[in-house]
Order: sequence, then C-alpha cells, then structure tokens
Amino acid sequence: MALASATHRAIEAVWRIESARLIAALARMVRDVSLAEDLAQEALVAALQRWPESGVPDNPGAWLMAVAKRRAVDHFRHAAMAERKHEELAQAMEADRARKPGLEARIEEDVGDDLLRLMFIACHPVLSREARAALTLRLLAGLTIEEIARAFLVPEPTVAQRIVRAKRTLAEARVPFEIPPEDERKARLSSVLEVIYLIFNEGYSATAGTDWIRPELCEEALRLGRILAGLVPDEPEVHGLVALMEIQASRLRARVGPAGEPILLLDQDRSRWDRLLIGRGLAALERAEELGAGLGPYALQAAIAACHARARTAGDTDWERIVALYDALVEIVPSPVVELNRTVAVGAAFGPAAALELVDELAADRALAGYHLLPSVRADLLVKLGRPEEAAAEFERAASLTRNERERELLLSRAGARSDRAPE
Amino acid sequence: MRVMMFVKGDPKPGQLPSEKLVEEMGRFNEELAKAGVLVDGNGLRPSAEGARVVYSGGKRTVVDGPFAESKEIVAGYWMLQVKSLEEAIEWAKRVPFEAGEEYGEEAVIEIRPIFELDEFAQAYEDSPTVRRVVEMEKGLQKDLQQKK
Repeated sequence: MALASATHRAIEAVWRIESARLIAALARMVRDVSLAEDLAQEALVAALQRWPESGVPDNPGAWLMAVAKRRAVDHFRHAAMAERKHEELAQAMEADRARKPGLEARIEEDVGDDLLRLMFIACHPVLSREARAALTLRLLAGLTIEEIARAFLVPEPTVAQRIVRAKRTLAEARVPFEIPPEDERKARLSSVLEVIYLIFNEGYSATAGTDWIRPELCEEALRLGRILAGLVPDEPEVHGLVALMEIQASRLRARVGPAGEPILLLDQDRSRWDRLLIGRGLAALERAEELGAGLGPYALQAAIAACHARARTAGDTDWERIVALYDALVEIVPSPVVELNRTVAVGAAFGPAAALELVDELAADRALAGYHLLPSVRADLLVKLGRPEEAAAEFERAASLTRNERERELLLSRAGARSDRAPE
Repeated sequence: MRVMMFVKGDPKPGQLPSEKLVEEMGRFNEELAKAGVLVDGNGLRPSAEGARVVYSGGKRTVVDGPFAESKEIVAGYWMLQVKSLEEAIEWAKRVPFEAGEEYGEEAVIEIRPIFELDEFAQAYEDSPTVRRVVEMEKGLQKDLQQKK
C-alpha cells in the first residue's frame, strides 16, 4: 500500500514534468487539443495501472507518449468507419511509429514549437480570461481540476465546465494549432503574457477570499513565464514579465505578517526579500533592455519594481526615477489604475499636496469609481497632510470596497489609528 | 517548494570535468531552465582548494582541504523550484552522470527541501524567547537604519 502511494506520487511528478510536452506533441499529430488531452489522460491512467507493479520506466515520458500514440491510432481506427481521412492519418501515424522506434527523438524534435503552439491556443482571444487561465493551468502546468478550483476559489464543477466549454469554443472556432502569423503575433503574445500575469496576480494579491497571498499560484505563473522565456528568447516583453514576477515574488515572504495580515511595500522588512529572485529579476530586466526597441509595459513595471529592489531602505528609494518610469508607462498604457499608482510616486517624490491634486482629478472622472485603492491612496495622502478625520473616512470607504478580507482588516485598522499619527 | 540538489563527490585537484560531461550537463541544465524549474546552480572547485572551519569543544580551528571522505563532499548544486519532493527526484534521476568518468561507478545526488523562513516563525510562534529574538533583531535593524 505504501509502495503504491509512493508510485502514485512519482507518477504525479512525471505528469508534472511531461504532461505539457505530451499534450503539445499529440495536439500537433491529431490536430485537436481536446483529443490530445484525452489521449494524454488515457496514458496517465495506463501508467497508474501499470507502474505500481512494473515500477516507473527509465524514460517515463517516452512510455506515456507511446501509449498515447497507440490510443490515437485506435481512436482513428474507430472513427475511420465514418471518415476515410482519419484512416489515412491513422496509417500515417502507424507508419511513423514503425519508422522511428526511438520515440524519444520524435518527442524532442519539435517539442519547443509544440509547447509554444499550445500556449498560444490556450490563451486564444476567442476565450474569456477565466477560461484562458484555467486552460493554461490545466494544459501547460498540469494542474488538476481540483487544484485549479482551489486556486481560484471556485467550485470544481465550475472549473470543469469552464475547461470543457473552452475546448468546445476552440473547436467551433476552428482555431488552428499553430504559431500565429507575423501580423497577429504581437497581439497573441500579449494575450499569453496577460494570462500568465493574471495567474501571478491572483496569487500575489488575491482578489477574494481570506488569504492575502497564495504563493503556489505565483510559483505556477513564474514557471510558465520562465518556460515562455525559453521558447521565445528574443521577445523583450517576455523577459520584462519574468523580471516583474521575479522581483515581486522576491517580496512574498515580507508581504505577510505573522497573523496573515498584509504588509505594505514601504513597511516591509527588506532583509526578508529574496536576494536570489531579485538577482534573477534584474538579470531578466537587463535582457529585456538589451533586446532594445524601448521598454514595453511589463518591462517598465519591472523597472519600477527594480527601483524598490535596489533601495536598501524605503528612504533610499529613487522616487523621481519611478515617476519618470510611470510617465513612460502612462504613455503606452493609458490606464487610470496606472495613473493612480503614479500619484503615489509623485507624493513620495514631490510631496503629498501635489499628489492629492492628481488623485482628485482622477476621482473626478469616475473611471475608478468603486476601486478600493483610490480612497486608500487618498487616505494616505490626507494622513501626511495632517487631515486625519478625512483620512479615516477614506480608509473606511476603501475597506467597504475591497473583496479581500485581510485587506479590509488592514484598512479598517488604519481608519481607527488616525489619532496616533502625527502629520509629517 | 524549493529544494537543493547536491552532487556528492570530489574531483582531484586541477582536474576539470571532461568535455563530454560539461556538454551533457549543459544540456541537462538547459532542460531544467526550459521547464521553468531552475532557480540557481553551480559547480564547485575541488575540496583541495577549499577550507573548513571546525567548531569543536568551544574552539574553532581552520582545516585546509583536501578532505578525506569524498562521498560526503559537495561537488556542485542546483536549486530548483518544484511542486513536490518527488518532482525533484524525477529530475535528479535524469542527471547525465554516464557522460563523465569523473564520477566512476557511483555518484550520489542528495535532495534537501529548503526551510522557508515562515516555517520557523510558525513553529515557534508561541515561544516567548523566539519572539523576543525576533523583536530584538527588528530593533537592531531600525537602529542601524537610523545611524545611516
């Protein structure tokens, strides 16, 4: 019994390492992502039946691939009753298998491009953002439905349905399993980056629930980002995103207090920042910069994060440079959220009065109505300007708008702490 | 979780790893990087070029290399970000030792999960001593920052 469960854990580990490549290679062969996933799952089931007795084979990836391919041939044989085309495909695969007994070489061959195709298809714009995130975690990170459900705090059937629907949508839209043509490539790549960062952010500052952070999701996103950086090493924004995630992840340990409460950037104990991840982040940022063509939105955000990472104390922060980076960011991503972040930097660089003016302008145009960070930023500035009553009201408003319980507690405690804060 | 994977062994002084091993290890490292699990990794120079500081009976002595028990000496390491110990084991099984004669008949990779700092904090949350130490450290850091 103990042996069987040890093997099961080993199989899970093999699945973790091999599943994306397996599904990707199969999807190229059968030209159907949904079928490819089913075949890979069948191979997994076969492994669960066989390996506890036979032991894990020396090359588990090739074993799984061989089984999946056999199932593919069977599948097409059955389907061939109806369609001749599939018969040809089955024969071609059979011949292919006979010609190359060294399956391993076959998997290795195009696996990089296959993985890239799989990422592009999982993050295809015909799918909703939730569907893209779920499908990416399922197909590329090898997560189970249960794990995805837990990560996004939604019921398992919801995730299962989301994935089934996503695959159906892809099939109905006849989305080809390909690397997008040049004219679409930029937009499609940014869709992939968006999904990875969405996953990261869901872990980094959970939008709902009782935990402030869920590091496992950050780890998954980082892994996906690093994989993508290996697949398309010449894309500066991929390195920009990796840099951003590495630097933000370096603060994970410092971002949460002993009771699970959030600790804001400037209050964090910087000795707890992970120097190794900071180093990796700065290196990735350097690569993005070396590739030229100016910094994109992710690289710019990474550059801002890098300013904090380089400052040994909060007081050492180069706020003027951060304001300049935000200026560049607002230029390419005209977003009120980015502008709000910029006001924080303006406050630190040029004083709270200047920042408050900008915040009030932002509040006037209603785009940020309902966004809890607007009153939160405003409250901070009011505290610094020595207007505690107004600040407390704003903190309370912010608390009523956030969906994260830990954040709400923090905001409420700041609302209550107004009396003991002297103006600066 | 993060794990360290240590390669045990101690090549002779002046001996560089064979070209074939370097090549195969390079390929393996690339595979780790492409899978998104490699955080850090390095090979270490022979123990003959190193030293030990030994603490014993209240005294510290410096011992120059080489060290005798070569099977217990770390020759290199990887730091991986993985989901489970089993995943690290899967990777360790793929280290291409066959490529070099340096490791002879036997080579060992030791896998050790890294303590996350928070684990200490959680485990000793109730201990007043630990709390005091943590507080003291915080105070010390504040002092240092103010002096700067």
